[in-house]
Amino acid sequence: MTTLIMAIVVLGVMGGIFGALLAFASKIFHVDTDPRLEEVRACLAGANCGACGFAGCDGYAAAVVSGQAPTNKCVPGGKDAAEKVAAIMGVAGGDVERTVAFVPCSGENGVAARRFHYNGPKNCQAAMLFGGRDSRDCKFACVGLGTCVQACQFEAMHIVNGIAKVDREACKGCGACREVCPKKIILMIPYKQKVMPQCSSKDRGAVVMKVCDAGCIGCMKCQRECPVKPEPAITVTDNLAHIDTSKCIGCGHCATVCPRHIIRWQYGEPAAVEEKAAEA
Amino acid sequence: MLTNLLSIALGAILINNFIFSQFLGICPFLGCSSKMDTASGMGLAVIFVMGLASAICWLINEYLLVPFGLEFMQTLAYILVIATLVQFIEMFLKKSVPSLYSALGIYLPLITTNCAVLGVVLLNTQYSYNFIESVVYGITGGAGFMLAICLFAAVREKLEFADYPRCFKGFPINLVSAGLVSMAFMGFSGMKIF
Repeated sequence: MTTLIMAIVVLGVMGGIFGALLAFASKIFHVDTDPRLEEVRACLAGANCGACGFAGCDGYAAAVVSGQAPTNKCVPGGKDAAEKVAAIMGVAGGDVERTVAFVPCSGENGVAARRFHYNGPKNCQAAMLFGGRDSRDCKFACVGLGTCVQACQFEAMHIVNGIAKVDREACKGCGACREVCPKKIILMIPYKQKVMPQCSSKDRGAVVMKVCDAGCIGCMKCQRECPVKPEPAITVTDNLAHIDTSKCIGCGHCATVCPRHIIRWQYGEPAAVEEKAAEA
Repeated sequence: MLTNLLSIALGAILINNFIFSQFLGICPFLGCSSKMDTASGMGLAVIFVMGLASAICWLINEYLLVPFGLEFMQTLAYILVIATLVQFIEMFLKKSVPSLYSALGIYLPLITTNCAVLGVVLLNTQYSYNFIESVVYGITGGAGFMLAICLFAAVREKLEFADYPRCFKGFPINLVSAGLVSMAFMGFSGMKIF
């Protein structure tokens, strides 16, 4: 009988003390969280895509509330989210410059030479395990097995004719595809950007000619003929044309003069281009 | 003394590994092992809690249960202590060490009901370890858990690309591969150190 009572008393006292301890601790160790945190979090797109550069939507919301991040970083949420977040934080909102993913490769089936026939798992990382390169001869070409397609939460990526293509309208610019691409060739470009060199090869021209019927050979014609002066918007570095999207005026002259036809219109190709060519 | 501690440590990590030989803590082992970062986070949290729980439960047993002749209440008392301890640690970390909280935070509540933690304190009493031995057994038992969960996370990352029958997809293939890894660890069983 004594044991029974002892057991009840000891465990009861232990439970009581622990309970009191926890109640007391919850007062001492109470952490004030900002009520705006949840409001901001609710405005975001909630895809946890990481386009803002923080660890998920919660991380970004915390950074906004603590004043360490601007209110317009939620790319999938777009202008709506930016305005709502700005209203909660009591600052003027800013428009988000819409960016879209872009795959700079033109090595479609039949265009880029292949070293072997790949028949393994449909996964770019897996294909790259084979000697550090996939089946295309070009070291910089899109692998085309659709790891980016799987990573895209917005169904904006598709494999068309052996290489990844971005659906400009569906793309939210989160950059998830860029993260998973084993060759890290996917770029984020402004939605407004009209022409882009569709190649990533930093090989010398002769090598490019051997492995691909399309790639940039670094002839520098685009750089010479670019109407943006004195510093052209398109420059050739490492045997590859690069467009500085902040300088580009979107005239499309480089696309017209490129002997390899690798600088391509992403949208809005003027019909006048062909007429001009005919006149010349 | 030192050799004794070393044999306890090696025993807890390899020979009597909590997961592969004693089959304790299987549910976090399967639940948190899909990625290497979550696995190592969980492992660290388990080491932390097991070490602390061993120390506190040893004190409770020695100075509260044994003097009152209440050894039969050990299981109940230990559950009470572990639950309180984990709650308390969570609050403490959130306030005082936010960086550690963000690293371990989401795993801590999961450990409240982890049978490996309860197992380590009950085994401490069963083997009648002294205070230092208990703490060493707790920490190295946690290290054994971390080793197991990280090994298995690596196996699961490889499984992504493995070609196995489709009907095994998901949980079945994980259980099969967990069994195979466990069999490898059975090679240590019966080994006697010092």
